[in-house]
Amino acid sequence: MSPHDESASPVRVGVYVCHCGTNIAGTIDVHDVIAFSAALPNVALAREYKYMCSDPGQELIRKDIQEYNLDRIVVAACSPCLHERTFRHATEQGGLNPYYFQMVNVREHDSWVHTDKRAATQKAKDLIRAAVRRVKLHRPLERRRVAIKSEVLVVGGGIAGIHAALTLANAGKHVYLVEREPTIGGHMAQFDKTFPTLDCAACILTPKMTAVKSHPNITLWTLSEVAQVQGYVGNYTVTVRRKPRYVLEDLCIGCLECIEACVYKQAKVPDEFNLGLSKRKPVYISFPQAVPQVVVIDPETCIEFKSGKCKKTCVEVCGERNAIDFQQKEEIKTIEVGTIILATGFEVFDARRIPYYGYGVYPNVYTALEAERLTNASGPTGGEILLRDGRKPKSVGIIHCVGSRDEHTNRYCSRVCCMYSLKLAHLIKERTDAEVYNFYIDMRTAGKAFEEFYNRVAGGGMYLIRGKVADVCPAPNGDGRLMLQVEDTLLGMVRKIPVDLVVLATGLEPQKDAQEVRRLFNIGCSTEGFFLERHPKLAPVNTFTDGIFLAGCCQGPKDIPDTVAQAGAAAAESLALVDAGFVELEPNTAHVLEEVCSGCRTCIPVCPFQAISFVHEKNKAEVNEVLCKGCGTCVAACPSGSMQQNLFEDQEVFEEIGGVLAYA
Amino acid sequence: MPELFEPRIVAFFCNWCTYLAADLAGTSRIKYAPNARVIRVMCSGRVDPQFVLEAFAHGADGVLIGGCHPGDCHYQEGNYSALRRFQLLKHLLKDMGIEEERFRLEWISASEGDKVRAVINDMVEKVRALGPLRKYPVVGGPLEEVAAYG
Repeated sequence: MSPHDESASPVRVGVYVCHCGTNIAGTIDVHDVIAFSAALPNVALAREYKYMCSDPGQELIRKDIQEYNLDRIVVAACSPCLHERTFRHATEQGGLNPYYFQMVNVREHDSWVHTDKRAATQKAKDLIRAAVRRVKLHRPLERRRVAIKSEVLVVGGGIAGIHAALTLANAGKHVYLVEREPTIGGHMAQFDKTFPTLDCAACILTPKMTAVKSHPNITLWTLSEVAQVQGYVGNYTVTVRRKPRYVLEDLCIGCLECIEACVYKQAKVPDEFNLGLSKRKPVYISFPQAVPQVVVIDPETCIEFKSGKCKKTCVEVCGERNAIDFQQKEEIKTIEVGTIILATGFEVFDARRIPYYGYGVYPNVYTALEAERLTNASGPTGGEILLRDGRKPKSVGIIHCVGSRDEHTNRYCSRVCCMYSLKLAHLIKERTDAEVYNFYIDMRTAGKAFEEFYNRVAGGGMYLIRGKVADVCPAPNGDGRLMLQVEDTLLGMVRKIPVDLVVLATGLEPQKDAQEVRRLFNIGCSTEGFFLERHPKLAPVNTFTDGIFLAGCCQGPKDIPDTVAQAGAAAAESLALVDAGFVELEPNTAHVLEEVCSGCRTCIPVCPFQAISFVHEKNKAEVNEVLCKGCGTCVAACPSGSMQQNLFEDQEVFEEIGGVLAYA
Repeated sequence: MPELFEPRIVAFFCNWCTYLAADLAGTSRIKYAPNARVIRVMCSGRVDPQFVLEAFAHGADGVLIGGCHPGDCHYQEGNYSALRRFQLLKHLLKDMGIEEERFRLEWISASEGDKVRAVINDMVEKVRALGPLRKYPVVGGPLEEVAAYG
């Protein structure tokens, strides 16, 4: 237990209880809490206010510090994750050290989770008592300033990553864009038209892809994955694993002659970009507009890799350019960046998980992304909507909410499916003149010009049936069609509708490896598995790890406009940090009270960051404040109490424990 | 003394997982027993065994530690330190006559708002069944508090 400097006059604490409208005051008897707080030892002033976080609320704190000579502030309001910084700032503006402040969470941890008003009020009192007792011991602290590296890492080269990278690069920052696939472009590159304007995805995306490649401030690494992340905001050291392409990017000019020359005369490998709807060769390019315009060799199917006995006609035709290198090895790159933007995107719901829709069983059941490829002019059918046997469909059924809004799969709405279903319905109608049925639960078209699109498309001679399809099976008359069984909830009857083609409006899910990526970057996931933002409204692109931002569908399902907006926001947040030139780190690091330290070295092995060293001359432990991340594990391990953590000193926590338990 | 026994639980929640899970329970308006008082620490590894003893000494009927799942610690391995200390302390407490159900370590990630409800409700029920840890006035009771603050 460390001695604390107590000034001669007793500490004067100001306690503020926020109503948060009725969020807090509706459950907690704030007047009662104020009366209780005012009577606590050391409390010089207790006030309530409707919205403490508002400017007048903060002004109260600033003025009271001056007028009432307060030297400690306690605010009981929402979670400190939301407004601790706000009130520390107000405390500082009032003329006190910002750490002469303690926040009490009476909203998320109290009024919102309890219904018993008496018990909730008692809980608020206990928590405030603890905070008052603790804040007395607070010491003045200073944030540490460290220089920030101006380079930024963007992970994921879909439209989110591309937009963020370009924004930052245009602002003069160097960007590393890391993409796992052989090309950037992401899911957007697979789409044909985009709702609600129906402009072609390629026309708006590919110029941006090319701009990435040619931008002097962007280092693009495809076929690459982040392997390790170390450091902290402003100073991240990132290890990137670059998988071999077996083609030298600098030498390949993208003439594609090697593909033509490959010993495989017929393409035999399912083409990933076309979701297996077409075939590719072992040497291939994902799609004609791929960036970089460089072929890639798939070692799983290339004969040279399998047997070593290939004639290597590809090498022959490449000739003097010598761009093909079967010996290429994985490369490990280490980069230093100040901030990181995660734009790792989404995965399409696997429709096989709903067996009664027959995906993978009946050949003419397609997912929406497959239908996108069918409608795409550069897709496997050249933009023609065809059944597997090459016929044109005469009737098409689009089933909404596949893998969304369902207790058995995902409870959330994937947000884009209604709109892309309407778009696909429109395109299919336009190109085949088939009868098109949309089976929907609710038509969700919230977005600029979305409802107008819905009205326009719905008026174009398609059927909208409100009901969840229960079953897809072969039509009983054996004509090869599929029979959809659905309860039409507007007519109040079960209908059976035969169609040639079924499109499943599959939802958006987190990437399969989202959990591993989350661990790698030390961020959180929400219940559905998407990356967790710091605050759903006020910090939608920040994470709980400073300097790491989110963009696009890795944070939750969203459409292209929202993705681009979020990517821009992530880039701006990143710029705001980088451009300041320094970052301020929280002062909650550990330090050694040398007069008490016995030099036992218990603390040294428990530190995961090697921040503690042993000074032989003094026979004492020493903490390197730059390396210390402030977990406090060493403090708990120290047998003599000589290791202390700012803001979480033993005595401060003891007071808090005593405070929550003291009888009122 | 109140006729109905309401257990008093002190909960040490780590800043990155369990505290956020409790915040999520709040934003999701999940309702649970009002018996726990949360003390925020940066990491479950910060929970000094003395904190637990101090809580019991001051009249807590149960102590709950909440940390990130193994492998998920914001500080890489602080939760493993918490686990080791928990295992040791559990035996010590048992020898002191403090039942096992009164001391609990749970891994609750930021997305598990509902687990906060489940764990706290379960713990409150179990401790309620055991009854109060002390049936006589405790250290830090009203008299002492008044004396301490003059």
